[in-house]
Amino acid sequence: MSATVRLQRDPFDAATEAAKLSRGRTDIGAVVTFTGICRGDESGRPLEAMTLEHYPDMAEAEIARHVEAAGRRWPLLGVTVIHRFGRLTPGEDIVLVITAAAHRQDAFAAAEFLMDYLKTRAPFWKQVEYAGGKTGSQQPGNEKIWVDAKQSDDALADRWSKPPGRREAAE
Amino acid sequence: MKLRYFAWVRERIGKPEEEIELPAAVATVADLMSWLAGRGEQYAHAFENPKVIRAAIDRAHVRPDAAIVGAREIAFFPPMTGG
Repeated sequence: MSATVRLQRDPFDAATEAAKLSRGRTDIGAVVTFTGICRGDESGRPLEAMTLEHYPDMAEAEIARHVEAAGRRWPLLGVTVIHRFGRLTPGEDIVLVITAAAHRQDAFAAAEFLMDYLKTRAPFWKQVEYAGGKTGSQQPGNEKIWVDAKQSDDALADRWSKPPGRREAAE
Repeated sequence: MKLRYFAWVRERIGKPEEEIELPAAVATVADLMSWLAGRGEQYAHAFENPKVIRAAIDRAHVRPDAAIVGAREIAFFPPMTGG
């Protein structure tokens, strides 16, 4: 399995990355491309920007570990994960997960597995920025708030920790 | 030993990293959190609810009961919100 993991400040091009995985190959029958995008609001409040802090040395290793785990779990032919960091504005891409396999079920499942783990295990932290600052605040500039981890994201990641056989039997 | 802090843990402590000499009695990640919490107001604020703080030893996730002997770098941070 070919695997690419990249952390970068700059934007990425999802179509170019997907083409790189499958170009010139005839064994790949399915490519799933997931792009996570910065929304223009958080809980109904308009967002000015989002800043992603990360633990550089650990993030790459942690993502690579999960890519390997995905490769053990499903017969994948290629994986690309690109995660951006720094300050992003609404509409900008945050994260890209591409999985390639002979059949679509494996590509879909592996992409979902990787995203669930990125949300809860990759050392990234989102801080959202609202325009204008808090009403009556002494601090000038935008109001900045660290995003709380969601329990629903933990639950989504946990479902993959059950053995595959039991998981399918339970569904 | 190098300590690194991220997100609001870093903001509360007021620095991204530091080198530290630990007393021998500090054996686990949980011990280290309570020892750090006693180092001043900012540390106390950062570690006021140690249950929510996550830790990594040499760039791998660990639980609070993990032994810190031999660790080169320990990081503390809030639950992750990537993706």
